[in-house]
Amino acid sequence: MATAPKAASRRRAAAPAPKEELLKYYRDMLLIRRFEERAGQLYGQGLIGGFCHLYIGQEAVIVGIEAALEDGDQVITGYRDHGHMLAMGMSADGVMAELTGREGGYSKGKGGSMHMFSTEKNFFGGHGIVGAQVPIGTGLALANKYKGTDRVSFTFFGDGASNQGQVFEAMNMAALWKLPVIYVIENNQYAMGTSVTRATAETHLYRRGAAFNIPGEEVDGMDVLAVKAAAEKAIAHARAGKGPIVLEMKTYRYRGHSMSDPAKYRTREEVPDAREHHDPIEHVKKMLLDAKFANEDELKAIDKEIRAEVTEAAEFAQSSPEPAPEELYTDVLAEA
Amino acid sequence: MPTEILMPALSPTMEEGTLAKWLVKEGDNVAPGDVIAEIETDKATMEVEAVDEGTVGKLLVPAGTDNVKVNEPIAILLEDGEDAGSINGAVSAPPPAQAEAPAAETPAPEAPAAVAPAALEIAQDPDVPAGTEFTELTVREALRDAMAEEMRRDETVFLMGEEVAYYQGAYKVSQGLLDEFGDRRVIDTPITEHGFAGVGVGAAFGGLRPIVEFMTFNFAMQAIDQIINSAAKTRYMSGGQMGCPIVFRGPNAAAARVAAQHSQDYSSWYAHVPGLKVIAPWTAADAKGLLKAAIRDPNPVVFLEHELLYGKRFDVPKLDDYVLPIGRARVVKEGADVTLVSHSRGMEYVMEAVAALEGVGIGAEAIDLRTLRPLDTGTVINSVRKTNRCVTVEEGWPVCGIGAELSATLMSEAFDDLDAPVLRVSAKDVPLPYAANLEKMALPQVADIIAAAKAVCYKE
Repeated sequence: MATAPKAASRRRAAAPAPKEELLKYYRDMLLIRRFEERAGQLYGQGLIGGFCHLYIGQEAVIVGIEAALEDGDQVITGYRDHGHMLAMGMSADGVMAELTGREGGYSKGKGGSMHMFSTEKNFFGGHGIVGAQVPIGTGLALANKYKGTDRVSFTFFGDGASNQGQVFEAMNMAALWKLPVIYVIENNQYAMGTSVTRATAETHLYRRGAAFNIPGEEVDGMDVLAVKAAAEKAIAHARAGKGPIVLEMKTYRYRGHSMSDPAKYRTREEVPDAREHHDPIEHVKKMLLDAKFANEDELKAIDKEIRAEVTEAAEFAQSSPEPAPEELYTDVLAEA
Repeated sequence: MPTEILMPALSPTMEEGTLAKWLVKEGDNVAPGDVIAEIETDKATMEVEAVDEGTVGKLLVPAGTDNVKVNEPIAILLEDGEDAGSINGAVSAPPPAQAEAPAAETPAPEAPAAVAPAALEIAQDPDVPAGTEFTELTVREALRDAMAEEMRRDETVFLMGEEVAYYQGAYKVSQGLLDEFGDRRVIDTPITEHGFAGVGVGAAFGGLRPIVEFMTFNFAMQAIDQIINSAAKTRYMSGGQMGCPIVFRGPNAAAARVAAQHSQDYSSWYAHVPGLKVIAPWTAADAKGLLKAAIRDPNPVVFLEHELLYGKRFDVPKLDDYVLPIGRARVVKEGADVTLVSHSRGMEYVMEAVAALEGVGIGAEAIDLRTLRPLDTGTVINSVRKTNRCVTVEEGWPVCGIGAELSATLMSEAFDDLDAPVLRVSAKDVPLPYAANLEKMALPQVADIIAAAKAVCYKE
């Protein structure tokens, strides 16, 4: 890995992947897509409250990274977190039930869409303050190094968060102390309604760490194989004790910033264009069909299975009871 | 089975909207993600996407209809092989019950008291065995000893902050720690409070027990988002999964002639926040015993020190492991006529006032709160039941301060025991001035305490 930030060519030819691997990516990305569509529907029915930020369009980013990481590597992100949790192996039931604010949710209904965690699955949230997870993810890396493990912290944030001061503060310390942290910038091109070009003087976000000599790479975040290949290189860098690295994932969200965003700040053509020409799931589907790893019927059967899983999660999320009134006062402090 | 497409809620507050336009017609096939309609809400025009695959069987609400209620069926979707004839049953089906069901299932608690937090069981100070030797230590040395002892005891404890290592501490509190523990465990940070507070929180989430030193709590305002939103709230928001054992410590409140930006007392700011513990000791013994407790505590602790106390000497028991309970006030001196309550440097003023009041025949009881959250209201209430009078003293501003909290507590818990209104002595309600005379006027004065104590005793 070069120390000077250097852009990779976009949509590079990915190495051919074996059948089982491609099928897994197809399944994992489709689960996120169907889960989010259902979450949007439940939101529409008033069963999910508050804010709900969907990950539709960005699925390849977390699925590609999850494919590269190993047991014990940590993931932390901001508020657009449903996809990360599903990819990390958290149950669709538990995530959906948290969205509906029920006892069966990962935070017993006390966190909601933006605040979920699973220490068992090494998922450290789910953070609602834009950019706050970046120093925290850096601190996870500090703990890894302190304890002498070779685990790596994947710290995700968006193009919007990449302008926050604490991001640069954290990067400086990570570089200074050579912490094993991989900063994954999910550049979906809009910070809520403000495009990258209107918010950022340097739009090549893989250069965010340049002032601290942190190497960076631009990655086609709509191509799960490109994401995985970049993540593997980054992991090797971090595990070797060379310190932090930035991966800028060029991606796109199809939906608004949150459920109540009509997304009028982009043209009518933009979304269909992304869906038609760059959809991460269609991309894998095409690879599967072209290589004759699966036929349309087999892929339809997978879709059906996933729909059933999501339907079950939606049912669980509606049948799980609301948290007991006693829960109001629990979990504020740990017993000393 | 035909599926009903319902009028969606498209904002947290939407109850009804206008079905502006259909983008599909009956007989069209739709796939998940296809835009099927446009809906005007109170805020914006939104596109509605199909969630399921199928054929549009019937549009139930014509385009242009106003005031369509959320969850009202607006169209019927048919699955493969179904024809429009199967719609009839579906249209007359009752609206989905799930939206209202959950709220109705859980009866409201009968009385708020039924779910009130359990009263904390807080231990008394441990007995200091007879014959224990005492050493005179400065508060500075006591804090250093507390950290060193805990770092020896627990490998996961480490110290980070500005100038804590090679410089030996901006106020020399961490003197000698680098030599003993090395730069893996005593870490100099760049001047980036927000960033290193967050790194500390992450390290705590990752299983370590960080002590984060702020050169002063005035600079921790840069970091307060991480202290409150990340450290204090995450346990609750994770349903108890995520622990954050961390100590944020450093000098708080006025020093000497450093003006408003370096002189604020944050006691009430942090004491306001559920999910934190807040400690503000006065003596060296309390500083040592409570800092050791704070480092061992599984929760985030804000530990407010005082620059003007660092050099003060107090007797500290020579014990191997002197740990004090968090959440316990101390009656420093007993008295029958009036209760004076304070913390941190406020106790210096209080003890001077106690001596002066004795000279005019007023027996004052002095209480050092030591911990501000959880606040030991029991000790204060018990004292007021005896003295029937109370004066609170703090270096913070009066509005929404610790004294305001104590006054409200005494009014609700000891109303019948009060023979006079609770009076508050605090800093004046201005940014702390630089000029020596004005600075002195802005801070609480011993004379103010004496006057307040006399007033509540109805004495000249």
